[in-house]
Amino acid sequence: MTQPVLDVSNLSMRFGGLAAIDNLSFTARGDHITAIIGPNGAGKTTVFNCLTGFYRPTGGSVRVTHDNGKQFQLERMAGFEIARKARVLRTFQNIRLFAGMTALENLLVAQHTELMRASWYSVAGLLGLKPYEKATRTAMERARYWLDRVGLTAQANNPAGSLSYGLQRKLEIARAMCANPVFLCLDEPAAGLNPREDQELVEILLELKREHNIAIILIEHDMGVVMHISDHIVVLDHGACIADGTPAEIRANEKVIKAYLGQDDSEEDG
Amino acid sequence: MARGLSLAALRDAAAAGIVAGLLALPLLGFRLLDSAQGLSLGYRLSWVFYAVIGVFLGRLVLNLIGAKWAARPRSTHHNAAMARFTPSASQSEYIAGWAMIAIAFVLPFLPFVDRNVVDRMTLVLIYVMLGTGLNIVVGLAGLLDLGYVAFYAVGAYSYALLALNFDLSFWICLPLAGIFAAAFGVLLGFPVLRLRGDYLAIVTLGFGEIVRVILINWQSLTGGPNGLVGIPRPSFFGLEFRAGAGGFADVFGLAFSPAQRIYFLYYLILALALITIAFVQRVRSLPIGRAWEALREDEIACRSLGLNPTTIKLSAFALGAAFAGFAGSFFATRQGFISPESFSFIESAIILAIVVLGGMGSQIGIVLAAVLLVGLPEWFRDLQQYRMLAFGGAMVLIMLWRPQGLLSRRTPTAKLAEAGSS
Amino acid sequence: MEFLSRACAGGAGIDYFLQQLVNGVTLGAIYGLIAIGYTMVYGIIGMINFAHGDIYMIGAFISLVGFLLMSALGITSVPIAIAGVLLFAMIFTAVYGWTVERVAYRPLRGAPRLAPLISAIGVSIVLQNYVQLAQGARVKPLQPMVQGGFTFSPGGEFHVTISILQIMIVLLTLSLMAGFTYLIQKTPLGRAQRATEQDRTMAALLGVDVDRTISATFVIGASLAAVAGLMVTLYYGVIDFYLGFVAGIKAFTAAVLGGIGSLPGAMLGGLLIGLIEAFWSGYCSIAYKDVAVFGVLVLVLIFRPTGLLGRPEVEKV
Repeated sequence: MTQPVLDVSNLSMRFGGLAAIDNLSFTARGDHITAIIGPNGAGKTTVFNCLTGFYRPTGGSVRVTHDNGKQFQLERMAGFEIARKARVLRTFQNIRLFAGMTALENLLVAQHTELMRASWYSVAGLLGLKPYEKATRTAMERARYWLDRVGLTAQANNPAGSLSYGLQRKLEIARAMCANPVFLCLDEPAAGLNPREDQELVEILLELKREHNIAIILIEHDMGVVMHISDHIVVLDHGACIADGTPAEIRANEKVIKAYLGQDDSEEDG
Repeated sequence: MARGLSLAALRDAAAAGIVAGLLALPLLGFRLLDSAQGLSLGYRLSWVFYAVIGVFLGRLVLNLIGAKWAARPRSTHHNAAMARFTPSASQSEYIAGWAMIAIAFVLPFLPFVDRNVVDRMTLVLIYVMLGTGLNIVVGLAGLLDLGYVAFYAVGAYSYALLALNFDLSFWICLPLAGIFAAAFGVLLGFPVLRLRGDYLAIVTLGFGEIVRVILINWQSLTGGPNGLVGIPRPSFFGLEFRAGAGGFADVFGLAFSPAQRIYFLYYLILALALITIAFVQRVRSLPIGRAWEALREDEIACRSLGLNPTTIKLSAFALGAAFAGFAGSFFATRQGFISPESFSFIESAIILAIVVLGGMGSQIGIVLAAVLLVGLPEWFRDLQQYRMLAFGGAMVLIMLWRPQGLLSRRTPTAKLAEAGSS
Repeated sequence: MEFLSRACAGGAGIDYFLQQLVNGVTLGAIYGLIAIGYTMVYGIIGMINFAHGDIYMIGAFISLVGFLLMSALGITSVPIAIAGVLLFAMIFTAVYGWTVERVAYRPLRGAPRLAPLISAIGVSIVLQNYVQLAQGARVKPLQPMVQGGFTFSPGGEFHVTISILQIMIVLLTLSLMAGFTYLIQKTPLGRAQRATEQDRTMAALLGVDVDRTISATFVIGASLAAVAGLMVTLYYGVIDFYLGFVAGIKAFTAAVLGGIGSLPGAMLGGLLIGLIEAFWSGYCSIAYKDVAVFGVLVLVLIFRPTGLLGRPEVEKV
């Protein structure tokens, strides 16, 4: 048994002449919460899009190793396979829920692959056979657990689009968790949350790491959250890594202060 | 205040009248007369006058009755959002559904119902079946298909050709026709399903036309524009609907009547339509059905959760096509004769209109819309020419009246018992 | 399949080729003019104007009425008659275009995406049946008005003919193209259109009259379709109420092929579709010319969904 690891090496992504990511390398450990920070336009979301298969990188590689030693080269896999096989899941900066479907249904869709297999690609499901019924019950249990965990049980039957912003963010995390991730990539999970919701988010993330052994990679602007929960921080600027280390190291890093933290702090916090 | 309002209404009506005049002048005011010497021009300017007066008065009445009506469309966006979030009154829909099934079963025995009514309802049920099938593609999976009639045609021609050339019975041809149509759906779907909404619409429309053009031109197989005749009629477990010994009437000791076949066809399509509906209702709450809806809501989120959009779309396309194939083979056996004329774009438009008017996903809505769009106009067959004009007009008006369709509530596919539904 | 064996059996000389080229360019000019209407409307409201093909049909009918009206008024000079009919057809067809937007699209802005599509299909059915009722279902013939042309024989016994009408169609199309390109790029209306295209809400906040801009787009599209209708009336000499449907799909294909939203793209797409149709008819099979055009559409959408001149679209995540 080894720790799961996500290895990014020499990753590049160009749009025409513009290099959004330039020769980026870092490693995210399976027992860590890794934060990617950097000024707006530094290429953070592009990194996520490369990790989760929405962009095909123009160079470099992204390798995921599971604790059973299995390895996956993400840059060669289709987006849906990354989620299904390499089990790298993500959330989106501008929340992407299935707005017309209920919160519960959102969580069931996340378990599609398992349920599909259990329903023998719908045959057993149509006939209402035992194995499918059992898989449905398990899926419902898992959905109920995560609804409960993020405090959404009461709204389980409400359309996701009708939930408040904070709840939508949490539902998106719960949905990704239902898909059984090894790595969970969160794109600005605290954006638009009020201080109380911020606090709840931090608790959820710490619990994911502690109790569920989920490796978390997050993009975040809220330095309070970042410094509080991260074990490891990667700082990007203009698509390149300018610093990589523990929160304490990052706080003391000159380059970071110059490029990012020191420069009009109040603006970045907003 | 009221005076100002009525003045504004008057002005608006006058403007509408002028526009109507401009619209009517070139095409109603003049008439192209054919004669041996070529075209000449006839005049009927009075028609323009009637059009102006008619529109003016109509608009005025509308304005005065409901300033509300005019204001209504502006708020549709809000309504659209709210309507989807209103929890379903599934109880009442459930009751209405069973009531409709009960009525459908006893329909032929109702006092005021004659053969013609049953025959028309048979046609309505074909469209219910088609609408239910297309609803998988458009309503659930959110893929806009304007060439659905192609699969209907494939089903009809497969049945006709199999029955004519290989002498197979209806019950063998029916599943085969469905399978052919589904295979065709996969074949067409595979290259085009990556396309975005409107592009997909236009490509499917193109495919619908291609199929029709091939049907017209492939003389040796399809009989070209004349179509195929003498398609075998279905039998009741081997008993044919004909006069004389060995026919259905003879075996059951009834007097022979051509109506027996009409009633039989009615119950046959009723059964097929009910099976289709039951199937779709069941599939909707299976993982694949939820995946269709998820895909409609957000394809990118689907990919991020490990769902493969291509196979999910293909399954919707293939299933929808299969039902069109079933409906097509029923159509062929009912008519006994098919030609490319029956599979023009207008059929696709009608089926799509049934799905959208029904409320995109509401089964009862589809039935209501089919009755409204197919059943009612059939009663006005005598006014043949005005029928399609009114049909098109009704499509516009109903859409303006209810942009979300007749019934637009969505029933969740799974519920958590301990959560309240507010 | 049967049509494949029958297809592509042609193979005449260079003169035959040139003749198809001339015919294709003429046809392409007509498709291009219709395609501009699709591309502009799609650009501005992001929807296919499903009734546009029928607007073109209406334009053809109004042109026919116009020609008869001219001769009834005793105008015998062909250029003056054509200019008069052009104006007549553009104005009255524009009213139809305006009405389509007003009835089928404006009330449904913000409604679910399929709603305006259905209402536009409804309008399309209404227009076809209205013309059929008002003017009869029979094909309407027109005496040839513009005759004469130039004949070349670049070798062989077959001649290449370029008629004056074909030259007129291409020239008129080119000048309209130039005019509308100027309109879109230099005038306030064009600026308003481009702004509305980018972001309707923002444009409205900045004082662009969005309703009027969208109306103007439909009006321009309809008047160009009217010109196409006039040309087709002169070129083929026969029209019927069903003319708009297939031409509409082909013109939309042209718009997509060229890159939807792009004016030069619409023209280029129209030209290509015209050429494909002419050459396919000339060398392969007339019966399957529509199949060839749709085949091209499918291929383009699969391999280059943004069209030839369209801007590539980056998927936003």
